[in-house]
Amino acid sequence: MLEIKNLHVSLEEEDKVILKGVDLTVETGKVHAIMGPNGSGKSTLSYVLSGRDGYEVTEGSAMLEGADILDMDPEERAAAGLFLAFQYPVEIPGVGNMTFLRTAVNAQRKARGEEEMSAAEFLKVIRAKAKALKIDADMLKRPVNVGFSGGEKKRNEILQMAMLEPKMCILDETDSGLDVDAMKLVAEGVNALRDAGRGFLVITHYQRLLDHIKPDFVHIMADGQIVRTGGPELALEVEQNGYADILAEVA
Amino acid sequence: MGMAQAKKDLTETRLADLKRPDGAVWANEARAAAEARLRLAGLPTRRDEYWKFTDPATLTAADAGQAAIFDAGDEVPLYDGIDRLKLVFVDGVFDADASDDLTLEGVEIELLPEALTKDIHWAKGLYGVLEERGQTPVLRPLAAMNTAYATAGVVIRATAKVTKPISLTYLHEAETSDAILHNLIRVEEGAEVTVLENGPAAARFNKCMEVEIADGGSFHHVRAQGRDHERRAMTHMFSRLGARSTFKSFTLTANGVLTRNENIIEITGDDAVAHVAGAALGDGANGAFHHDDTVFITHDAERCESRQVFKKVLRNGAEGVFQGKILVKQGAQKTDGYQLSQALLLDEDSSFQAKPELEIYADDVICSHGSTTGAIDEEGLFYLRSRGVPEDAATDLLVLAFLAEAIEEIEDDRLREDILLRLHQWLERRRG
Repeated sequence: MLEIKNLHVSLEEEDKVILKGVDLTVETGKVHAIMGPNGSGKSTLSYVLSGRDGYEVTEGSAMLEGADILDMDPEERAAAGLFLAFQYPVEIPGVGNMTFLRTAVNAQRKARGEEEMSAAEFLKVIRAKAKALKIDADMLKRPVNVGFSGGEKKRNEILQMAMLEPKMCILDETDSGLDVDAMKLVAEGVNALRDAGRGFLVITHYQRLLDHIKPDFVHIMADGQIVRTGGPELALEVEQNGYADILAEVA
Repeated sequence: MGMAQAKKDLTETRLADLKRPDGAVWANEARAAAEARLRLAGLPTRRDEYWKFTDPATLTAADAGQAAIFDAGDEVPLYDGIDRLKLVFVDGVFDADASDDLTLEGVEIELLPEALTKDIHWAKGLYGVLEERGQTPVLRPLAAMNTAYATAGVVIRATAKVTKPISLTYLHEAETSDAILHNLIRVEEGAEVTVLENGPAAARFNKCMEVEIADGGSFHHVRAQGRDHERRAMTHMFSRLGARSTFKSFTLTANGVLTRNENIIEITGDDAVAHVAGAALGDGANGAFHHDDTVFITHDAERCESRQVFKKVLRNGAEGVFQGKILVKQGAQKTDGYQLSQALLLDEDSSFQAKPELEIYADDVICSHGSTTGAIDEEGLFYLRSRGVPEDAATDLLVLAFLAEAIEEIEDDRLREDILLRLHQWLERRRG
């Protein structure tokens, strides 16, 4: 599904190297979690994969189902099946949530040569998906993320994911700013999307999200590299002992 | 040659081929007085403070210049689905065949040349009257010229709640047309009327509208200027508001080499409301785009509210101007005045000049103004693109979002939807 090889990334404006050779393969149907201390490069990895400006890939590759995504515009990556749930979803005053989502769904369909979704069909689908995520109709009409609570913003991200049905989902610290109930709701939304045709990369600081979204693999990232890979037990180890032991081991 | 002589020469040259229409004695007097005002002031030049940001040369030149006719393609005509009484002017000349009968319940509609030939007519109290008042504190010689030389227009007197909007469509069919139109609107006590305007009008267009709203009356105005890239237009709207009256005006502008819209509003009755808004979308790629909104609102009564909301989206070297003033006279207590002008510059070649002003002589008022110039929100753009929306469509979504606050000033849902549809069509056309 997603194959990252020896990825080196610098900040464009400062001469600062953030990623120093990331190797990671996410197989179809699997959930990979990435944990690591602040500043280890987790969010940078998600931004570089989704095509945000400001980063320069100096070495390495990232392939999605055999296609080199690093050469694509952000919208092409999305149409190819990549989705990033933002840590801080952007507020866009004046753009209705529903208008935005319909534009996005149909833009992706068009890019893939598929038939666009009719207004009636779109309404039916979004209502059903919003209901499952406990998003009320009023939230769909409001401008994108404007005036949403932290929990609402994250649920909105998951709603977008559910509507766009990407092949590869990256969740960048989706648990930040969520209380326990909101986290459960978001995790349920993610779990409902888990299937054999989809891969997940869950970036998180804490093990608690992984109580609800059970990962198949856990990676620890430090100083721009993945320094250790294991099963779900690795997250528990971090929860109990912190990163110090692991970092000392690889130092 | 001195400045005064230069202005005099400019004025004489412009007026050389113009002839004042003939009508009733009172109308002729109004026209002659307006011409005297014009000659005294002289036509404006860039050196006038009030024209510092906008060069009036093409508006004052003797030659109207050319404006190629724009192919509207499959664009849906504006207001097409709205039940309305339609009056059509082609290059400034009334087209009776293309227009509806001038009969509508609750309103008297006449053509200006006919009304101005009647010895006794209510228009005597309005024609050139608000225009003359609007010369203070700034001279508006192009408006005076309009009063003196207007050859067409419509005279509307609403006496009740008029059941459907009156629409004025200004077509442009001759590449060198030079039209001067003057409209008069009187809204009687408790009456209500909606006037719609659209169309590029002429290669060069000078339009004046005088609106008087009696106590408790309501006037709603929505207009769209645009389509032809090369046209030049100067419009003045002079309004006087009575107690508890409502005035709401919205203008959408796209294309056009030069557009200057002046709105001069005088609130003379307590508890009146005046909202004036505009959205302009300018692309300088077709030669030029210069759009100027100039507003002057005088509060001269208690507990009145005024709002100015102007938004401009500029690209490819397009230029935007906003000059807005709120004058609160002594005694206009509890005034609530709000003024906002914002520009979104889609590239570094475009520019926006703003001159927001407040002048307040009453002590118990809430008045605020704000003016900003900004670029597209890169974070927002990336967010939309990351969801699969292509860059140009994402930019359009953000453009629509930016303009939304001005478009929301249109109260009527159908009219708002119609204007939005027109805006979508313009954006789509631009994307190709």
